[in-house]
Amino acid sequence: MEKSYIVKQISIFSENRPGRLAAIAGALRDAGINIFAFSIAEADGFGVVRALVDQPDEAHRTLTDLGFRVSFTDVIGVKMRDEPGGLSDIASILGDAGINIEYAYAYSGRDGAVLILRVDQVEDAIRQILGRGGELLKASLSG
Amino acid sequence: MPPWNPRTEEMPLGELRRLQFKLLKSLVYRLYSFNEFYRLRMKEHQVHPDDIRMLEDAAKLPFMYKGDLRDGYPDRIFSAEQNELVRYHVSSGTTGKPTVVGYTERDIENWSESLARGFSSCGLGRGDVMQVSYGYGLFTGGLGAHYGAERVGATVLPTSVGNTERQIELMQDLHVTAIACTPSYLLHIGEVAEKMGVSIKNDTDLRMGFLGAEPWSEQMRTRIEDWLGIRAYDIYGTSELSGPMFTECTEQQGIHIWGDLALVEIVDPATGEVLAPGEQGELTITMLQKEALPMVRYRIGDLTAVEEGGCACGRTHPRIGRIRGRVDDMLIIRGINVFPSQVEHALLEIPQVGRHFQIVVDRKGALDSMLVRVEVSEEAFSDKITELMVIKRAVEHRLRSSLNVSVDVELVEPGTLPRFEGKSKKVVDRRSL
Repeated sequence: MEKSYIVKQISIFSENRPGRLAAIAGALRDAGINIFAFSIAEADGFGVVRALVDQPDEAHRTLTDLGFRVSFTDVIGVKMRDEPGGLSDIASILGDAGINIEYAYAYSGRDGAVLILRVDQVEDAIRQILGRGGELLKASLSG
Repeated sequence: MPPWNPRTEEMPLGELRRLQFKLLKSLVYRLYSFNEFYRLRMKEHQVHPDDIRMLEDAAKLPFMYKGDLRDGYPDRIFSAEQNELVRYHVSSGTTGKPTVVGYTERDIENWSESLARGFSSCGLGRGDVMQVSYGYGLFTGGLGAHYGAERVGATVLPTSVGNTERQIELMQDLHVTAIACTPSYLLHIGEVAEKMGVSIKNDTDLRMGFLGAEPWSEQMRTRIEDWLGIRAYDIYGTSELSGPMFTECTEQQGIHIWGDLALVEIVDPATGEVLAPGEQGELTITMLQKEALPMVRYRIGDLTAVEEGGCACGRTHPRIGRIRGRVDDMLIIRGINVFPSQVEHALLEIPQVGRHFQIVVDRKGALDSMLVRVEVSEEAFSDKITELMVIKRAVEHRLRSSLNVSVDVELVEPGTLPRFEGKSKKVVDRRSL
């Protein structure tokens, strides 16, 4: 049950220099892979590009074949109302439930806004969010 | 400047060569009789002390290499018992294993004598204050320069390395007239002084520097002399010879190698054949009077040429020119010897990173910086920045502790580092000397 809400995010190691995002995005384009959401975390001289895509396995294979260092990470996507207070509602649920966020990023699309979360206890977080009336993205993003 | 030891320093060349032959012959007899390492090495090369009939016969003797000291760690090839030694110095080795050098009282005496001749040939003497800004400790630089300067009657200020602002204050307050340090550290001192509003040229009594332990150039000398208002002299040595041992004189026409202490040969690095004066090759030295750790035909790995004509200063001993490079891939970072193989060795012990690497050496301001680029291994790649930073710091820590030099680590994408053997790609040296 909870498993179906675990979304496979791909994380790609990238040097912090011009053209690296273009190389990653170009590779996904050439493989016909669509990116729903992405973020970049940067550190001293390098960064990690995190993305939700429609074909995560294909994206992993494509980028690995090109020599990128890629890994899957389990994240969850919580649907938000795309209006004032949307983020506050979700953040309150998480805070009250004692769920700690390692990192998060969000997108706002046709079907509303989504908060993508990396938490340490994924299945527990899913139970808590559903139990408090939250709505989660299904794992099969392409469907 | 008048010689410290006129009888020796101005000895006619023929007489010097006879003295060298006498010393070589007795050294070889002594080693053959009492030191198993040398006896076996000579037997392997089918050479007997009786084969040394003139100075040129030195070429019949087998070479020694850094590896011989490493293999003999810590003191297996010493020629003196521990109770005859008055000091040890230790230098880092190519694969993490250090080399140990021992000194008898007479070894320290000859080391000080050698530097006393060099320092006084540049005019250092009683009344001078010499700031020794080489590291004190296992490294030979600090104590070596210290003893030499005391020997000529100078007052030594043993500042060692670091706390540059304090060094500059002391330089002013104690009227320092001479300094011994690496050329890059002196440039750093100059820069820090300017930030403090102090001009080394106008606001201090500094008039000479003995600069070495890393390669430098004539352009750097001109810059240092013009900017700081001092005479800058080259000083040369390695721990195997004792430490910093030989300097230029005021003529600045090569480093005087005192022939009664050391026999210089320049050999073809590939064939080992002895080259004529003036030809560039690998510096090879036999320490004629060293007791605790004699060195016979030691291949130092530095490239230079020897000049045998007497110097305009009146000293007759051979001189060597500036060091033009290395026969191996050794780097000198802030005076510390670093071999790429040490980096390779250290990385093998860290599973979180791949075995490929690239070293980028640069000079930020006046100080050398060393960057090592490594790839994160597939298993260790984490989506979390904090975990990647932990890996980066762990590699920096590991490299620092095995190289004795602080290192910046850069994590790079897989496949971006040179895969092929060869120094040219593994090491990028951006320093302009």
